[in-house]
Amino acid sequence: MNDSGRASAIVFRDVHFSRGAQPVLRGFSLAIAAGDTLALVGRSGAGKSTILKLINRILVPDSGEVLVESRPTHTWDPFELRRRAGYVMQEVGLFPHLTIGQNIATVPRLLGWDDGRVDRRVTELLELVGLDPKDYGRRRPDQLSGGQRQRVGVARALGADPPILLMDEPFGALDPVTRAEIHREFRRIQERVRKTVVLVTHDMAEAFALATYVGVLSDGVLAVVGEPAVVARSTDSRVRPLLEPLIEASAVLGRRS
Amino acid sequence: MTVFHFWRTHANEFFTLLGQHVLLVCASTVVAIAVGVPVGILAARRPRIGAPIVWLANVVQTIPSLAMFGFLLPLPFIGGLGARVAIFVLILYALLPIVRTTTAGLRSIDPILIEAGTAMGMTPGQLMRQVELPLALPSIVAGIRVAAVIGVGTATIAAAVGAGGFGEYIFRGLSMVDSTVILAGAIPSALLALTIDGALTLVERGLKDFSRAHRRRLRAAVALVVLIAAATAGVVAVSARRSHDAIRIGSKNFTEQIILGEIVAQTIETRTGLRVERRLNLGGTFICDRAVRSGDIDAYVEYTGTAQTAIFHQQVDTDSRRVLAAVKAQYAGGGLTLLDPLGFENTFAMLIRGDDAGRLGVRTLSQAAAFAPSWRAGFGYEFLQRQDGYPGLARTYGLHFARPPTAMDLSLIYRALMERQVDLIAGDATSGLIDAYGFTMLEDDRHYFPPYDAAVVARSSVLLAHPDVKEALASLSGRIRVADMRRMNRAVDADHRDAADVARDFLRRDR
Repeated sequence: MNDSGRASAIVFRDVHFSRGAQPVLRGFSLAIAAGDTLALVGRSGAGKSTILKLINRILVPDSGEVLVESRPTHTWDPFELRRRAGYVMQEVGLFPHLTIGQNIATVPRLLGWDDGRVDRRVTELLELVGLDPKDYGRRRPDQLSGGQRQRVGVARALGADPPILLMDEPFGALDPVTRAEIHREFRRIQERVRKTVVLVTHDMAEAFALATYVGVLSDGVLAVVGEPAVVARSTDSRVRPLLEPLIEASAVLGRRS
Repeated sequence: MTVFHFWRTHANEFFTLLGQHVLLVCASTVVAIAVGVPVGILAARRPRIGAPIVWLANVVQTIPSLAMFGFLLPLPFIGGLGARVAIFVLILYALLPIVRTTTAGLRSIDPILIEAGTAMGMTPGQLMRQVELPLALPSIVAGIRVAAVIGVGTATIAAAVGAGGFGEYIFRGLSMVDSTVILAGAIPSALLALTIDGALTLVERGLKDFSRAHRRRLRAAVALVVLIAAATAGVVAVSARRSHDAIRIGSKNFTEQIILGEIVAQTIETRTGLRVERRLNLGGTFICDRAVRSGDIDAYVEYTGTAQTAIFHQQVDTDSRRVLAAVKAQYAGGGLTLLDPLGFENTFAMLIRGDDAGRLGVRTLSQAAAFAPSWRAGFGYEFLQRQDGYPGLARTYGLHFARPPTAMDLSLIYRALMERQVDLIAGDATSGLIDAYGFTMLEDDRHYFPPYDAAVVARSSVLLAHPDVKEALASLSGRIRVADMRRMNRAVDADHRDAADVARDFLRRDR
């Protein structure tokens, strides 16, 4: 994955992690180049969220190392690290007592930006995710649709312009039409901001739609990793089941046409 | 007299009591918030530490408030009479609702929001201030509302320890058997509770819908609370400063005691020129005894029979001299001096209507036993139960009534006799209503009742330091006859005269 010669933004080096007696990761290794979008696909319980939490040091590995910007996570100040890694989750988790503008301003405020800079940044981000800043900035989260809330979630994660973006099943709760729309939107945004994105999902279609690289997680190790076209042709028995729904769908579509 | 007329004629006092009541509730609620919210946070964060604290607050909540005042009176620093102990008790009662709702409010927060805040790089403190507390605030305010409303109610009991507030009117009304005076205290206290409830409900609703206009109103409300708290702290600090040069006279919370308290206080004032502080209307025998032992008051009037049974827990004795000697000796052992009796006895009085007494020619309890089978009797709850009450009386005189005696409240018993609902009651020998209604008191010709001679109890150290005070108190011995006491009680209870004026008239005429 380091073929372009760019520096690795995030590296997992033989990481083991157990939840109680239950091993989740057993010798997991991975390197993600700055500016790439990596989608990790796996079944529920495969340890996808654990990988994200190891990156922003909500969890630390039992053995092995996770390096962010070439520094092991346990040597980072956890709060500083998390402010450099925007987080988007399926439930969005917007603060209901704050306006949309205040939600987006959360991390910039934590970093002590002045009011003018915060306001400019909020306006910029609302425009980036396609919401009118004058209208939406003052609204409350419960006055937005699910798709709009998810866009705000992305804007909030980008708040202080972090180099890394972590996304946990970010668009899983949306209906298929809205999801397709927001996928296009995300590609357009990523084209402009060029973050290092780690996205976990159980939906291979979402992974293909968004990522520059796709990894398949199975039994606590990375089974396959490569460009979408490569993974799509994989014959690996750990990958095929995840591709089945797509093959069936295209078969149905093929018969129709 | 209507309640409105009462308020008009007592306007100054009314506003003083209102001020005291509000201060008691505000001061205690503010402190309870300052203690309860952090404890609630701790209980939510560390259930192992929090659970016992919540359990303790639960236990405290079950202690009756009057009993709590009794427990705390003898303690150093927080104890003693006045606002300090009252505020302390109110704080204890306010803690539970605040701790509970703080914990509940924090626990009900969607864990996703905590996860989001953590992932964004908030420190635990930032998470608490920016996310958890704002979201738990409506719940916390609900707890504060409950605490304040409970506080308004409990603060009426605070009058029993001399902390003032609307409880003064309620206790006074109860002792005068005057529902107007009770209402004069109960109505504003209920209105105060409703006002606080309404205001805080608005704040709570404002917090829930998170809009900007409410935020501004909220800031104003918070500023107001802080202002009241500061004012309260000042007043409490001033009132807590005790004056050490004054003689403090106490009394229990019924009419006769208040008049006697005034008589004792005025006698000391005129005879010695010393300053006298009045701590009248204290909530009963127990509290007066605790107060005189701890030095919160220097003297009050007690009854020998009450002292022997209720304070020293000795067997009932019917010989008045023996009782007096025994009680004097008991008091002396505790650093207190019982002076010679004032001259009258406040015993249980078995009363019948005057026309019955005249028609039947009944003067004594022995004679009454013959007519009892055709009579109905009404007794207070205490008299029905007490060892020196009805059971022994019935045995001594062979009394059998038409049906078992009716238990009724003391405040209703005189009226029940007058209105012919009952034919014989147990009242107070010195009640002003005996003369007012023309009742006849049956003579206890077999000397069943123990003696209840009224006498001043004083701290021996004060009498030693102030021989002129001792002299002044001694001058009252044997000076008040039962007829005098009845007349004075009647002047206050039936004619609604001021107890201090009635006492002054008595001392002037009797000089």
